[in-house]
Amino acid sequence: MRGGGAAPVPPEYLDHNESRVVRVSSEIEVADAVRDAPGPLRIRGGGTREFGGAGAVLDVSGIAGITLYEPGALTLVAKAGTPLAEVEAVLAAEGQRLAFEPADWRGLLGTSGEPTLGGMVAGNVSGPRRVQAGACRDALLGVRFVDGTGAVIKNGGRVMKNVTGYDLVKLVAGSWGTLGVLTEVSLKVLPVPETSATLVIGGLDGAAVAAMTEALTSPYDVTGAAHGPEGTLVRIEGFAQSVAYRAAELAKRLARFGAVEVERDPVRVAGLWRGVRDVAAFHGAEGDVWRLSVKPSDAPGLVARSGARQVVYDWGGGLVWLLMPEGADLRAALGPFAGHATLIRAGAETRARIPAFQPEPPAVAALSRGLRQRFDPRGIFNPGLMG
Amino acid sequence: MEMPAVDARVMARKSEIVAGLRAVLPADAVIDDPTETKAYECDALSAYRCPPLAAILPRSTAEVAAALKVCDAMGVPVVPRGAGTSLAGGALPTADSVILGVARMNRVLEVDYANRLIRVDAGRTNLSVTGAVEADGFFYAPDPSSQLACAIAGNIAMNSGGAHCLKYGVTTNNLLGVTLVLMDGSVVEIGGAHMDAGGLDLLGVICGSEGQLGVVTEATLRILPKPEGARPVLIGFNSNEVAGACVADIIKAGVLPVAIEFMDRPCIRACEDFARAGYPDCEALLIIEVEGAEAEIDEQLGLIRQIAMRHDPVEFRESGSEEESKKIWLGRKSAFGAMGQINDYMCLDGTIPVSALPHVLKRIGEMSRDCGLDVANVFHAGDGNMHPLILYDANKPGDLELCEAFGADILKLCVEVGGCLTGEHGVGIEKRDLMGVQYDGPDMEAQMRVKDVFDPKWLLNPAKVFPLAASSGRRDG
Repeated sequence: MRGGGAAPVPPEYLDHNESRVVRVSSEIEVADAVRDAPGPLRIRGGGTREFGGAGAVLDVSGIAGITLYEPGALTLVAKAGTPLAEVEAVLAAEGQRLAFEPADWRGLLGTSGEPTLGGMVAGNVSGPRRVQAGACRDALLGVRFVDGTGAVIKNGGRVMKNVTGYDLVKLVAGSWGTLGVLTEVSLKVLPVPETSATLVIGGLDGAAVAAMTEALTSPYDVTGAAHGPEGTLVRIEGFAQSVAYRAAELAKRLARFGAVEVERDPVRVAGLWRGVRDVAAFHGAEGDVWRLSVKPSDAPGLVARSGARQVVYDWGGGLVWLLMPEGADLRAALGPFAGHATLIRAGAETRARIPAFQPEPPAVAALSRGLRQRFDPRGIFNPGLMG
Repeated sequence: MEMPAVDARVMARKSEIVAGLRAVLPADAVIDDPTETKAYECDALSAYRCPPLAAILPRSTAEVAAALKVCDAMGVPVVPRGAGTSLAGGALPTADSVILGVARMNRVLEVDYANRLIRVDAGRTNLSVTGAVEADGFFYAPDPSSQLACAIAGNIAMNSGGAHCLKYGVTTNNLLGVTLVLMDGSVVEIGGAHMDAGGLDLLGVICGSEGQLGVVTEATLRILPKPEGARPVLIGFNSNEVAGACVADIIKAGVLPVAIEFMDRPCIRACEDFARAGYPDCEALLIIEVEGAEAEIDEQLGLIRQIAMRHDPVEFRESGSEEESKKIWLGRKSAFGAMGQINDYMCLDGTIPVSALPHVLKRIGEMSRDCGLDVANVFHAGDGNMHPLILYDANKPGDLELCEAFGADILKLCVEVGGCLTGEHGVGIEKRDLMGVQYDGPDMEAQMRVKDVFDPKWLLNPAKVFPLAASSGRRDG
């Protein structure tokens, strides 16, 4: 729980990097802080996914708490600064979870602090189950945010189906704070299945994407398909009998790729997927980290010309994590390709030279720029971060 | 329904506009004869009609771009149209507008099973997308009731859902990319074969923007391997409350059926009279469908039976064959037809939190008695998307207005309990003037900013979604 008994945090202070921090604890305070901001603001929830940037820090971690949780309606509404861990614990107590499996990037980025719901939504952070359950943006039912003029805006709501007006919910998800400061989010949650099992095939490299494709094109409702140091992993979840049946059928299908082992121990299964989700393979390893989103069948070819030291495939090959030599420009190495590459971890010098986000074609960039100008006319939210 | 004043300058230049369109489109793609444009005077919300200035039926993205450039230069409003099945008046023309129908663009451009996607022309019908891949064991998940007729273009415009979206999501969750033609004729590719946006999620806001941001000419859609089998169960209850409680218990228990459909007594009776599906005589009926291999289906239905039995159902009928499955679905699928047989009706589309179901059904019943119009309720219970059907007599003076007022009250109730005006049909003109019930000024202002960026002259699909008073400064600009 936040605060209880500890010394109150002052509304303004300098953090360990000597950045000026403005701390807000309500939506109204956000609106005031934005309206009064003399210059750029870096929006910070838990500070675990920061890509750098200039300006004062707007610390929203004080806007916290679960506002509504209805397990029977599969919905949860919480303030944007609510720690993700708190939400996950409350859901777990009812046998539910965030199906999109949000990653924890602390190990990858070497950050500390508590990941928050707002940061998760702002980054559209989705884990291995994205292939089956959708991304964070797909589970996001509604948002409240403060735009660059200080106006409080709500969109969507807390019901599962809602096509009333334009879908700004999706637009805000993954906008990394460049359109507004999130203050509250509503999410669709799902039951935790009774059982989970993971098929493991060792020794695949060139054929890993083909094996994952075989699994994902089967009718067995695969909820994760990844390839990394632990081998090629295929996950199935559900009621016990059903999982047993599908594991057996999938093992038959995948036999042509190599020996298939079925891991059923819940702790080990969870550990394997946490490793994929958080890209544990790169924790503490030297080099820059890139994240590549592509058509799965394109992935092996792109990896071959990337110059990466190490890769982890997720989403059946649709998502590739690459550990690159420091300062190397993955986009330059790949040449033109369909999809996008994001620079997730790099030193300041590399960051200054290589944009974090994939440069967009001019027509798309013009639309994105137009939207940013209208939501943030003074250009104060995380300026320059997304272009 | 109030519509903006017709632009006399546009009307006066009709022959010039038509000539401009003829110059860039094949002869058979431009329709300006009033007897022929009449075919485009309405969509499935047929209470409102207005023939357009002209209609065009391009066959390619290049033709769409060329035609839009002509309209843009002359300041002519354009109303994009898929198959014209909108229940919200999403494709209703104004007298000074050109209807841009995409129905002739219906090719399958690419099928890629390894990457689980299909790329199609946006005029292709929803069901024929599945048709193109089902022989190979795949399907396209969103399944609006109109799926035989409705076009992917319209599905994207309205972010359509369907009975099976409890498990598979709606259009936006199954859309990977679009080719979008902006009003000025420029062609933009958004998304593609990969997942999620590398920058702002423009695809997310295009989907559901009701044809007001651009004309979608091609779409990349996610396809899924078909489950091995599916089986429905029919459960009858003696009260709506108990049926609602049963739905909540099933969801809480961790069973995630692909569909949970709910019908109340007036609807059961009408369907029974019409389709003779053999439904029990009871207050509320659930049709729940689960998927998987035989053993998996047995396991899930076993759990559902256990839960249902705790709520004393008057009937629990598990399908034992393909034939019985069809029969269980028959009544539900003919619900709209059955209603049309008895009466004129208006179909609403509000969504409510599932927990509010019993309260809302009770209130609708009271309101129905107060205003003297009957209501039948049929809806997707798992996600709270209601479809109250209000019965009225189109030939009786004042009945349509009474029905509309009643409908508006039901939608206000949906918002009041924490829900929304429309779950899958869209705002169109039907709910345009109710937007203020759900959204405040700044909320709508934020949405209109998006249109400012994509369609700065506000020429695409005019007079829809936003109340005229809210958008007047922009439309006149």
